[in-house]
Formats: sequence, C-alpha cells, structure tokens
Amino acid sequence: MNRIFAYIVQRAGMIDDTAAELAQAARKIDASQTPIAVVTGSGTALDMACDSLRSFFGEVWKISHEALAYPNAELVRQALVRLLPEKSIVLISHDHFGIDLAPGLSIKLDCPFLSDLVSIDQVSENSIKFVRQEFGGQVSAHYVCDLTSGAVINVRPGAFRAAPDSALSGIIVDKSDGLGSLAAKRRYVETIVAETGDVDITKHAVLVSVGRGIQEKDNVTIAEDLAEALGAAVSCSRPVVDAKWMGKSRQVGSSGKTVKPKVYLACGISGAFQHLAGIKGKPFLIAINKNAKAPIFQVADIGIVDDLLEFLPELTSKVRELRGAVAK
Amino acid sequence: MEILVCVRRVPDTSENEIELDSQGKDIARDELVYSINEPDNYAVEEALQIRDRVGGTVTVATVGGEDDEEVLRRELAMGANRAVLLSDESFAESDGRGIATILKNFVQKEKFDLILTGVQADDGAAQVGGMLAAMLDLPFASLVNSIEVCGQKLKVSREIEGGNKEVNEIDLPCVLSIQTGINEPRYVGMRGIRQVASVPIATLGASELATNSNSVGRNAAKVVRIDYFIPAQGKGAEILRGSREENADKVAELIAARGGLR
Amino acid sequence: MVDTISAISTATSSLPLRELILSVNIAGLLAFSYVITRRLQPLLRAQSDPRFDRPLRRLQTVGKYWFGQWRHPRYKFAGLLHVTIFAGFLLLAARAFSLLIQPVFPQFEMPVLSGRIYGLLTDYAATVVFVCMTIAIVRRVVFKPARYQAPAEFGKWRSVDAVILLAAIAVLMLADSLVAATTLGRDHGTLQPLAAYSLPWFFRQLLQTHTANALAPINFGGSVLHAATFYFLLCYRPFGIQFHVETSLFSIYFSKLDRGTVKPVRWDIPENNLDQVKSFGVKTFQDFTWKHILDFYSCADCGRCADQCPAYAAGRPLAPRLLTIKARDYAFRHYPVFSKFDNGHALVGTIYTEDEVWSCTTCGACEEECPLLVEYIDKIVDLRRGLIDDANVPQSLQKPLKALESRGNPYGKLEKKRADWTLAAEFKQACPVKILNGRTQAETLYFVDSTTSYDERMQAIGRASARILQAIGEDFGILGASEKDSGHEVRRFGEETLFLALRDHNTEAIRGAGVKKIVTSDPHALNALKHDYNDLPPIEHITQVVARAVREQEMRFRPLANGEQVFAYHDPCYLGRHNQVYEDPRAVLDAIPGLKRVEMTRSRDRSFCCGGGGLMLFYEPQEEQRIGVLRVRMAAEAGANTIVTACPFCLTNLEDAIKTAGLEGKMTAIDFAELVDQQMVQKRPHKDSETKYETAGTGD
Repeated sequence: MNRIFAYIVQRAGMIDDTAAELAQAARKIDASQTPIAVVTGSGTALDMACDSLRSFFGEVWKISHEALAYPNAELVRQALVRLLPEKSIVLISHDHFGIDLAPGLSIKLDCPFLSDLVSIDQVSENSIKFVRQEFGGQVSAHYVCDLTSGAVINVRPGAFRAAPDSALSGIIVDKSDGLGSLAAKRRYVETIVAETGDVDITKHAVLVSVGRGIQEKDNVTIAEDLAEALGAAVSCSRPVVDAKWMGKSRQVGSSGKTVKPKVYLACGISGAFQHLAGIKGKPFLIAINKNAKAPIFQVADIGIVDDLLEFLPELTSKVRELRGAVAK
Repeated sequence: MEILVCVRRVPDTSENEIELDSQGKDIARDELVYSINEPDNYAVEEALQIRDRVGGTVTVATVGGEDDEEVLRRELAMGANRAVLLSDESFAESDGRGIATILKNFVQKEKFDLILTGVQADDGAAQVGGMLAAMLDLPFASLVNSIEVCGQKLKVSREIEGGNKEVNEIDLPCVLSIQTGINEPRYVGMRGIRQVASVPIATLGASELATNSNSVGRNAAKVVRIDYFIPAQGKGAEILRGSREENADKVAELIAARGGLR
Repeated sequence: MVDTISAISTATSSLPLRELILSVNIAGLLAFSYVITRRLQPLLRAQSDPRFDRPLRRLQTVGKYWFGQWRHPRYKFAGLLHVTIFAGFLLLAARAFSLLIQPVFPQFEMPVLSGRIYGLLTDYAATVVFVCMTIAIVRRVVFKPARYQAPAEFGKWRSVDAVILLAAIAVLMLADSLVAATTLGRDHGTLQPLAAYSLPWFFRQLLQTHTANALAPINFGGSVLHAATFYFLLCYRPFGIQFHVETSLFSIYFSKLDRGTVKPVRWDIPENNLDQVKSFGVKTFQDFTWKHILDFYSCADCGRCADQCPAYAAGRPLAPRLLTIKARDYAFRHYPVFSKFDNGHALVGTIYTEDEVWSCTTCGACEEECPLLVEYIDKIVDLRRGLIDDANVPQSLQKPLKALESRGNPYGKLEKKRADWTLAAEFKQACPVKILNGRTQAETLYFVDSTTSYDERMQAIGRASARILQAIGEDFGILGASEKDSGHEVRRFGEETLFLALRDHNTEAIRGAGVKKIVTSDPHALNALKHDYNDLPPIEHITQVVARAVREQEMRFRPLANGEQVFAYHDPCYLGRHNQVYEDPRAVLDAIPGLKRVEMTRSRDRSFCCGGGGLMLFYEPQEEQRIGVLRVRMAAEAGANTIVTACPFCLTNLEDAIKTAGLEGKMTAIDFAELVDQQMVQKRPHKDSETKYETAGTGD
C-alpha cells in the first residue's frame, strides 16, 4: 500500500473537523500506517495549524511559502506535485477547496481520482471498493479503483467520525526547502463576505428551516408565524434561495451558513447532503415532509409525514397555547 | 473570444424518480427523461452573454452518441454558433479522466480562449473541468458564480463556505467550472429547436481526435462503477403517527422540553 | 329657405353664403378624406384578418351592439347618457346633412327625414344632446369618475381633450338650434314651427323682437358656425378618443364571432407551414392585424374594461384600456397624418412592459364589457408569442413549460402516475375507473387534465366526478398515462408550438379511444377541447351533465345537513363567460333541499376571476394583493360562508385566498362535484331490474 497523505486546509491558523475525519479515513484504508497531514501556508498561522494537527496525525508536513498564505488551489497543487512522493494516496475533504484542487492534482500526479467518497467497503493491496451517492442521494453506487499508481480521494465531510481516543502527539516536519518558487496564472484578489441581512441565523438556538416544500414565496409567512411563536428564526435550503423566496443570508448548507442550533425543524426539506452539511453540533432534528421516503427521515430524531402548509399552522397554535399555559 | 462549453446529457433529477431496475444493479432507465445537465445550461448561457458582450463564437461539445445530439441541438437553439459531437465506439465506458482526455484532444485541434463546464452532474464527480485544465496546462477555477472580462484576463468569483465569494484574477486561456445561479438562462422552446433542426452537427471520432485505447474507453478506466444500490436504512427518525393535532401537541412539548421556547 | 337666403344675400350681399358653405364643405371633406386615408395606412400594412365572412350574423351584431347599444346600460348612468346621445346623433344626422347641403342646393330635401314631425323630433334631440353634453362635462370635470383617470405619465391632455370635444358638440347643437330658430317655414311667410321648450324654441324666444331681415345674418352665422364646427369635429375626431364615432360601426361589424377561441399565429398561413414563419407573435406594430389596429382607433377610453379587470384591481401593471390607448398613441406618433411614417420598434420594452403582458389571466371580463367590442385576449396572446419567440420567458414559467414538454404536465411528474388518483383504496373498491388503452372501451371519456390528475387536493374532484358519472349510469373511462395536458394555458401563454404538439397527441389518443362523447370537470379543458381542438366528439362540463340528470329526474339529493351554510356560486371564467354555462350549476344547487344560496354582485358574465389557472399558478406577478383575496371578500360581503365553484383552479386559488385573507374558519370553498357527490342519493340499477337507492360515500 502506498503512502497516505491528508491535505488539510488551514485558514488563519484554524482547521476544522474534517482534519480528524481524514485521519480516520486514512486509518480505514490502511490501519498499519500513521497518517501524514500536509498543510500549507505561511507565518504564525501555519504554525498554529501544524500544532493543532499534531493531535490527529503522526506526522505533519509543514509547507511554508508566502505565496501560500491564502490557500490558492493552483499554487497548492504545484507544491504538492513537487513534494509528494510518487504513487501517493492523497485524501482531501470534498468541499469548495477540494473540488478546486483534487481533479487537477490527480492528473499531475498521474493517478486516479475518487470523488465525494461516502464509505469504504473493502481495501486490498492494490484496490479499493467504495461507495458514492448519486442523483441527489436517491441511490448509492459501488465503485472500484486501482490504487497501484496511488490516488487522489475526496472524502465527504462527516462521512468518517473521528475516533475519540486516538489522540496523538505527532511530529512536525518542515518540507518548505524543497519547494522552490511558485507562480500561477490564477491570483487571489479578495473575499467578499456575505451580508448577514437583518437576521443572523448562526446565532439562533432554534431554527425553522424551509425547503422546496414551501412551494411559493407567499407561504414563507407560515414559517415566520411559527418562528415568531417560538422566538426562533427562519432559515432555508438552497432551492428556496435560487427561487428568490428568501435571501442568501438565510441559507443553511455547504454553500451557505453553518449553524449550531439546539433545535432544528426541517420543513419540506428533502435532506440532501449539501444542506445537512451546514448543520453542526447534533441538534434535536424534527423533520416534516409529505414524502415518507425523503432522506431527511434517516437523520432526523422525530419525523412527521404531513403537508407542512397544514402542519405548521397547527403547530403554531399549539405552541401559542403552551406559551399561554407556561406564562400563567 | 472563442468559447467552448462542454456539456452533458443526463437524466433530469427533478423530472425523474430514480429507482433500481428489476435486477437491482442498475437504475431503471426506460422511463427516464433526459435533458442538459443543469449547471452546463448555466455555463452555455454565460458563454452566450460573454460572446454578446465582447464578440466571438460559442461552441458546444459533448462526448457521447446519437442520443446526445438532442442536447447539442437545444443549445444551438439557445444561440450557440456551433455544436460538435465527440463519438466513437472506443469511447464507451470511459471514466472521468477518459472523458477529459477526449475533450483535451478536441481542444488541441482548435483554438479556444475560454473553456466552460458545469460544476457537476447529478451522477458525476465534479472532475472533468479540473482534469481538462491540468491536461492542457491551463489555469482553472471551480464553482464560478460571476465572470468579468478584463482584456486578456478574467475576474471571477468562486462560491465558498458561508455564502461568501472568493474573487480571483485568472489569465486567458483558462478553464472554469460554472455553478448554478450565475445567471438566468434564456428559454428554449420546441420551435427554437425546430429552427435549428437542419444545422449540421459535426461528429469527430477516434481517428480525427487521435485518441488511443490506452487513454480512453473501458480499458483505460481506473475508476469503475460496479453497481447501483439502495443502502439498508438505519433506524432513522421516530415517525409520529397520531392525528395532526396530536402530532403538533407532541412536537410543541418536545421543543419546550429542549428549551426551545424562549 | 329660399327667402332666407335671398334675404341674407340682400342683407349681406358682399358675403356669398352659398359659395362659403360650398367651400367649407369641399375643404372639410377633402381634409377628412386625407386624414382618413392616412389613418388607414397602418391597417393596410398590418397582418391579415378574415372578417368578411358571415355577413348576416355580422349585421345582427351591428343591430344589437351598435344600433341597439346593448352593452351600454351595464353602467347605468353613463350608459343612459350615451344611449341618449347616440339616439340624438342618429336622429340629427339627417338634419346636419341638410344644413350642410341646403345653403348650396336650396332645393335639396332629405328623403323621409325632413318635414314637420322630423323637425320637431330633431328640435328635442338637439336639446337633449346639448343637455347631455353639459352633464357629461360636469361629470368629467367635477365628479371625475375613477374609470377615466389616466396614470400620471399620460399627462392632463386627455381630460382637456375630452372636454374640448364635448364642448364642440354642444356648440354644434347651439349652432343647429340657432339655424332652426331663424329659418323660414315652408310657406315662406313665417319662421318654421319649432318644438315647444326645445333649444331652438328658446333661441326663438330670445330673438322675438328681430325682424326677418335681422334674423338673416344670425341664420347665416349659425349656418357657418354649424358647418365649421361640423367639419372641425369630423377632422378632429380621428386624432382622439372620439374617433369611435366613425369607427364603431366597423369595429362592431368586424368583431370576433367565435367565443373562446384564440387566433392562429397567422391567419394567412396554415398550421403545417408554420415553420416558414420567421417571427411568431407581435413584436412590432405591424405584426398586429388590421382589425386590432382598428380596435386601437375605436377605443373610447371609457375605462369599463379596466374597471372589470381582476389584474388591474389587484394592482398588477395591466389595465386593458391602457394597453389599447398606448397602442393608439403609438399609431398616432409613428403613423402621423402630417409627416413620415416610422415603424419597426419593439413594443415590449417601450410602450409595454413584460410584466404587463404576463399579468393577464385571459378571463375575458374586458371583452365582455366593452361597448365597442374591442378584443384583448388575442392581442395579449400574440404579444406573448412574440416574447416566447425571443426566448424572453420569466424564469418561473420556464420550469413548468419544460416539464410540459418532457412529461406532459407542468409538475414534472411521471406520465405513468397520471391515473394514480383512481387507486385510492376505498375509492378503487367503490368506483373502479376504466383506463381506455385500446383493450378497454367506453362510450364516454372523462378528460381529467393535469391538475385534477396530479394535485392531491384536486384529485378529490376527479374522484367525486367519477362517482357522479357512475351514479347516473354513464359508461366512462379515462385515458390515463396517454393523456397529456390539454395545453389550454400553454397556448394562451404564447407557446403555440408546444400547444400544437400537446393537441395533436391528445387528439390522437381521444380518437383512438373511440368514445362518443367527452365530459370534464375542468373548464379550461372544456374550452380547449371545444374551441382549440378540431374533430372531436361533443364535449360537456360535469355541471351540464348533472343539470340534465336533475331535469330528467335521474338524480336526487339528500337535504343539506348543515343549516349554517350559506353558499355563493362563483362562476368560473371558462365555464361562464367564455362558454356561457350560467344556469345549469345554479339549477343543480337549487335542487338540493335546504341549500341556502346568495348571489354575489359580480356574477354570471360579470363574475370576477379567481386569479387564473394553468401556467398562471406558476407565474409570480407584481401585485398589491391577490386576485383571489378580492374575490373571497366579495363572497363574504354577499353574506356567504361557503363558496361553491366548478373549476379546480378556482378552488385552488380560492382556498389559498381564504387562508391569505385570514378567513379560515369563517369561510370554506368546495367544488361543485364534491358537493353533488356528497349530497346525491345514488341510484344503482340492479340486474333484477329493481332499482335500489344507496346513499353515496362521504367523499374522500
């Protein structure tokens, strides 16, 4: 089995949960190896990140270059191609950065690319049998891939749970010297932060979240009524924003906001992975959906198979009654 | 600007129910309706808008067979100048890299300033754009949701976490993968398609593209799908089975119990 | 008259009256001819429109709507005013011609319409018209009816223009009366007799003291004033809203005879040659047909259409009358009488906005109201065809259109699930529905259409209708998966090509099923199959079928259990106005014992649209409130707490509106079929010829 590396993105010295998840994924592929983390950046931010990564990885390769201060996939790819040994297996989180980096990287490393891996069925010396989801999660598929020339693997965030008792104390290896100069035809300019709008959904403990099932803009008031009764805020999934029924600042998901509420009501939301990826911290999840087969019912705690346009007003009045009773 | 848009014909997820067929290894394909992959449609619209702003031509190309011509024709009806079908028996069952190789060979026969793909297909891997760029040694940006032409450079923004946008400057020629929502694609109706019914669609095969079976097709594929399946359901949610009123009561209580009433 | 003339000549011998009047006549007629010729030009350059058929029927239309002023009394006061003015004009026409011709040819007398009785009548006519003019001016200036208001960008000219014209007619009457007051009678000895207390009579009183010679110049002056004013009006009218005086006869003669239909893309190009047409629909002015341009000229800007328009009432950017007036202004601007023509500008984006064009629900209230029979729906459809041809389609409509193309329904649901509504457990047992797929046959086809097939709430209408048909012993079936959307709204939203494809598919399926008649509970499907499709067996709506069953005593009803319910029947636009089925549903409702029914103020052909069906359910309009909410409030005002209607789209919109208006619990909506199904006492023929009565199921 070839050497396994996990490329971890750091921003301002911070890393996220996927670092530990990738370490776990690496162990699943080859339990005998200590996974190696690779991280790029410059200055104290990079040092901070390397320090955090030591808990999850036996070895942390630090690649420092001022051009890499902001993670630019084009430059990162060059760095990795220069520094990684041949036929490496590289794990990357399947997110906005991973999508940007991995396919091109697989070409330059001349190895196969596995996208959005959800679980691993079987690993042998030369190949891996794994699972992907397709068609919005409606079906899964088994794939097999030849690993003899290495591979670049994008791993779905949350697919692997970090093992709780595997705290390590890894060593940091500085690989910056072998880098040389870096230049790319794509240059980072700036980041435009999304407007928060009038409501910051990331700050609410209870969210009433609506999806395509709300059917039209005028029905959003049904959710707003419930939110008002609960003292909560209304958030939504991507299709609602695309249809311009709510603003982008209300979107929960991998391309929207990440929220950590205590209670999350998913109303008319099918449960596509991109949406669920925006919900962290294991809230109490109540799902309301007309379709009994909706994937959301797999991950929810409580499920109601009903038309949200009928159920929510009923719930609103019950909540108001309860409030009234509590207030007495 | 000479623009190429690589498109794909897929079963439209919103107009199909994807289920396994009677044998349980593949999806049932008999009643599927196909259309252009939605992000690819946004890419074509973006290409047309850029062309209408700065001049040039828009070419659409796909790797496939006769069935895929309908998608090319639709994009011609939308306003593309030229459509090319890359088709050959030896291309069958190519993996993502194989597809990218075929496209690369096509691009190398021509001269394009800008190559666009959709970010991903529902049964795809968000890979062809990035691979194509690397094969051609062109700069790449994925998840693009806005493009501004500035002479020989583009200013593009990428969609990143939290709804934020990452603004980059990228040199031409380059490859971009386009995210949905970048624009509002124009309507294409049956009449539009009829009007381009007789526009010729060039078909290029293995010999014109100088591909070889080491790099395309079944034999060259390193990532191979074995089957489709529906995973065994886990425990999942506790489904409440009372009347609407009873359910609402229960839910209100549960929320209150978790401190959800503030 | 001879003596007056010679008296005038003598008194003012340097002024040759005859030559003056003759010159005015000639100049006026020449000017008028020139103006009319110029005004005709755009019509000659426009698209063809076959309106020369069925002359007898057209003459009847003229008799009823032009001569009979049939539409006018719908607005009582203004209607009365106009009918009076119109009658006055007709009566006075001959007199006016006499006044123009006699100074030149003194011997001339109009055949029949001259003489003493005619003279008395016209004296009163002139008086009445004068009084009406005063009332009309006061009404416009002081009371300012809302109907006449134009948006700020049109400026104040419109009202000033109207007042000028009204005043000019008043002056004409004064001139006419002056001449009558100073004309010698036949016996030449005295002044001609006048009707007592008429305007000429009052002038005569004022001029008591004058001698015949002194009257002569007044007579002369009156004649000249009359001629000048007459020709001023004649030549000025084609520049404003009073052009309808000239064009109304023609706009009514050439009006549309076939209700419920939509014009083809081009009258002069058959359907199978449509691929040759370079451009569909109306994009520039000359894409309209000549009749449409005549309509633009004929609009009197009375505002009755906009007053009835549901889109306008809801605050959408559409007012039918403004659609016409803006086009007319465009015609005047770009085809001016006195300078060069200039055409080829896109209309949408300049005089029209896209939202304006998409806002119309095609309810037909405007067409029903217009006294000049101006048409609107065909124009809107043509404008939409133009937008679609230019790929200019709102995003909200693109998805359902695409779904209609690939799946035959706007929801994108699978074809094979179209008949799933028949599979509901209890229903399937009690009322198995045949699928006419070639192996099974039936006499009657129940055409379900998309919303009743796929919308969970509306499926109840399908089941209720099936039970009704079963109860009256109808041998019926449905097409099932081979049925596609009727395409009614697809056509009216301008996607003609897609419509033709749907129509051809359905026609083949229906003919293949070999049925003898068709029933539907969807008025849009009714209208489509009846008017948009060809060569189909006869089609009826479920209300008509049930009404007949009630008349022939094939159906009885249990008394209504709930004594608190007060019903208001809402006429669906495509059942009522477009297909004139008003009484059948009411007769059925009145046959249900204990059913209390009230009538809304706006009912029958004045029914107020629910908001529209088909693709209109997907369009997101700019509006201040929902059309359905306005309608639901009307029902509440009429004292009803239950709205009963006979269309799935009406039901959808009204049920939504009840919630939006906050009337939940105070108002409900139910479909006709559901109500009948609920109340009918089912008679099932048994094999042993003994009929047994069973109560119907309690619905879904």
